[in-house]
Amino acid sequence: MIKYTGKGVYGAVAIGKVSVFKRQTASVEKVRITDPEAEKARVTAAKEKATEQLQAIYEKALAEVGEEEAAIFEVHMMMLEDEDYNDAINDMIDSELVNAEFAVASARDTFAAQFSAMDDSYFQARAADIKDISDRLLNCLADNGASSELAGDKMVVCSDDLAPSETVSLDKSKVLAFATAYGSSNSHTAILARNMNIPAVIGLGKEFLEGIADGHKICVDGYTGEVFVNPDEDTVARLTKKRDEDLEKKNRLKELIGKDNVTIDGTKINVFCNIGGPKDIPLVNENDGGGIGLFRSEFLYLENSDFPSEEQQFEAYKNVLESMKGKKVIIRTLDIGADKKVDYFNLDDEENPAMGVRAIRICLTRPEIFKTQLRALFRASVYGDLGIMFPMITSESEISEIMGFCDIIKAELDTHGIPYADNIELGIMIETPAAAVISDKLAPMVDFFSVGTNDLTQYTLACDRQNPKIERFVDTHHEAVLRLIEMAAKAAHDNGKWIGICGELGADTSLTERFLRMGINELSVSPPSVLKVRDKVRSIDLSK
Amino acid sequence: MKQFEYTIKDPVGIHARPAGLLGKKAKEFEGTVVTIEKGDKSAAATKLMALMGLGVKCGDTVTIKIEGGDEDAAAAAIEAFLNENL
Repeated sequence: MIKYTGKGVYGAVAIGKVSVFKRQTASVEKVRITDPEAEKARVTAAKEKATEQLQAIYEKALAEVGEEEAAIFEVHMMMLEDEDYNDAINDMIDSELVNAEFAVASARDTFAAQFSAMDDSYFQARAADIKDISDRLLNCLADNGASSELAGDKMVVCSDDLAPSETVSLDKSKVLAFATAYGSSNSHTAILARNMNIPAVIGLGKEFLEGIADGHKICVDGYTGEVFVNPDEDTVARLTKKRDEDLEKKNRLKELIGKDNVTIDGTKINVFCNIGGPKDIPLVNENDGGGIGLFRSEFLYLENSDFPSEEQQFEAYKNVLESMKGKKVIIRTLDIGADKKVDYFNLDDEENPAMGVRAIRICLTRPEIFKTQLRALFRASVYGDLGIMFPMITSESEISEIMGFCDIIKAELDTHGIPYADNIELGIMIETPAAAVISDKLAPMVDFFSVGTNDLTQYTLACDRQNPKIERFVDTHHEAVLRLIEMAAKAAHDNGKWIGICGELGADTSLTERFLRMGINELSVSPPSVLKVRDKVRSIDLSK
Repeated sequence: MKQFEYTIKDPVGIHARPAGLLGKKAKEFEGTVVTIEKGDKSAAATKLMALMGLGVKCGDTVTIKIEGGDEDAAAAAIEAFLNENL
C-alpha cells in the first residue's frame, strides 16, 4: 500500500479502480499511396467527424461550465476549417502521394512550429490548439473512440491535471472520483467535482503518477485528502465503513427536507443559496433552499458579447424572482474585474487585479453600466421579494454615492409611471477588512450586511486566492477573519439590521455554532450544502 | 479598392475567437477579398491561422484592404465588427 496526501476538494469517500487518464496520440507512419483523391476524401470524412465531436463538446461545455470555457471549442472548429491548414494537408497528399495521417501530422508540426516561434505568449500557446485539433483529426482517421474513454464503470480518474476540454468530455456516469497530481482548489477538476458531488483529491504530487497504473485498487478520501493505492485490508475496511456512514448521513440529510432551520433553543436562521444563474434554480428547490442569498449577476455579462441591455437584464431578474415564488432573492450587482474578464469592458491589464478596477469600482466609475443594471433591478422588483447587494465596499462615501444612484433611478421610474417595489432591501457585502472595521458607520446606511468570506480572507491574510503555491498559508479559520465578522455582526445588530454570510465559510459546519453565537442571521451556501447546514443548526443549543 | 486603418483595442490583440468571427464576417461578402496588413506582412481575413500568424497585439495599427464586390457595404461591416470586437 502506498499513501499519498493532497487536498480534498469535495468531502466524500470512494473505493474503486484506477483509470489513468490517457492523452491519446495516434502513432503515424508514412505510407505511399496511389489514389490521392481517396486519401483526401478520408481527410474530409475525418474532419466532419472531428467537427461533430467538437460541436458536442462545445454544447456540453456550454451547459456544464459556461460560455467562457466553451468558446475555445468553437475556435477549434474554425481552425479545422482553415484554408491554409487544409491546403497544406491536401497539397502534400497530391504532391508526395502520402497517406492522410502523415499529411495531417506534417501540417500539425509545421503550423505548431510557426506559432511556437512567435514572440507573444498568447500566440505561442496556440500551438497547443493546432496540436489538439490535429490529434483529434488523427484519432478520427484511425477511427479511435473519444480520447477520454474510461476503462470501465465506476473508475477513479487519475491524472496530472485535467484540462477543461478533458473534464468536459468525460462520461460523468462512469466517474467515481478524481485524483490528480497537480491543480488548485479553483481548477476545473475541483469545481466539477463539487458540482457533481463526487470525491476528489488534488495536488498529490508527481510521485502519485509514478505509483499508479490502470486497474490498481484505490481509495480516495475527499475529507482528509488521503489517497491509498493498493490499500491493505484494514484500510479498505476502515474506508468502506467511512464511506457507508457518509452515504447514510447524506441520505439522512434528505429527510431534513421541509424542516425548519431552528436551533434546539428555538433560534431560527435562514439558510439560503448562492447561485450563478437561472440554471441553478432547480438545485435550490431540490435542496430546499429558503431563498437566494447571493445571485451572481455576472452571468449576464459573461454570456454576452456586448453590454446586456436593460430589457435583457429585466427579463432575467424577473424570471428569477417569479420562479422563487415570493422567497427572498438577493441579487449582487456586477462583480467583474480584471481577473474575471469580459472583452467589451475593455479593462486594462493590472498588476494586481484583486485590488484593482473591479465590482462597485467599475460601477461608480462608469455610471451608465451601473444605472442600466439598477433600473432593470428596480423594475423587476415588483415580481417577488428582492434584495440588492453591492460588492467591494470600503467606505461610507461609496454607499452614499450608490444610494444617490438609487434615488435617481427611482425618480426616473416615478416620472414615467413605472412601478417598483417599496420594500427592496439594499445591502452591502462585507468583504474588505475596511468595511468590517467601520461596520458601525456603514450599518445605519443599509438594510443588511452579507459577509463575503473568500475575499475577506484574501484581503485580511494578504493571500492571493488564485495562487496554489500559498494555499498552506491560507488559514480559512484565522481568528483575524472571524473577529472581523464578529465586529460586523455586532454593528449590524446594534443598528437593528440583519447579517448573513455568503462566502464559502458559511457552509463550514465546524464554524456554524460560532457564527450563530455571533448572531449571524442568514447563511447562504451552495445548494448541495443546505441540508448539511440545516442538520448542524438543528443540533446547536445556544442557551448552553 | 477601399482601405482604412484600425488600431486594436483588445488587450490580447487579434486572438483566436474574434479572428474566427472576422473570417466569418468577411465570407459574407461574395466576390470581395478582405486583407489585413501589419507592417510588411498581410493575411486574408478569411484565413484564421494566417491572420493569427500576423501576431497583431493591442495597440498595433493594421491596414484593412477591401477589394471587389460591394466594397462599401463590406468596408462598413468590417469596420463595425472591428469596433465591436477588437
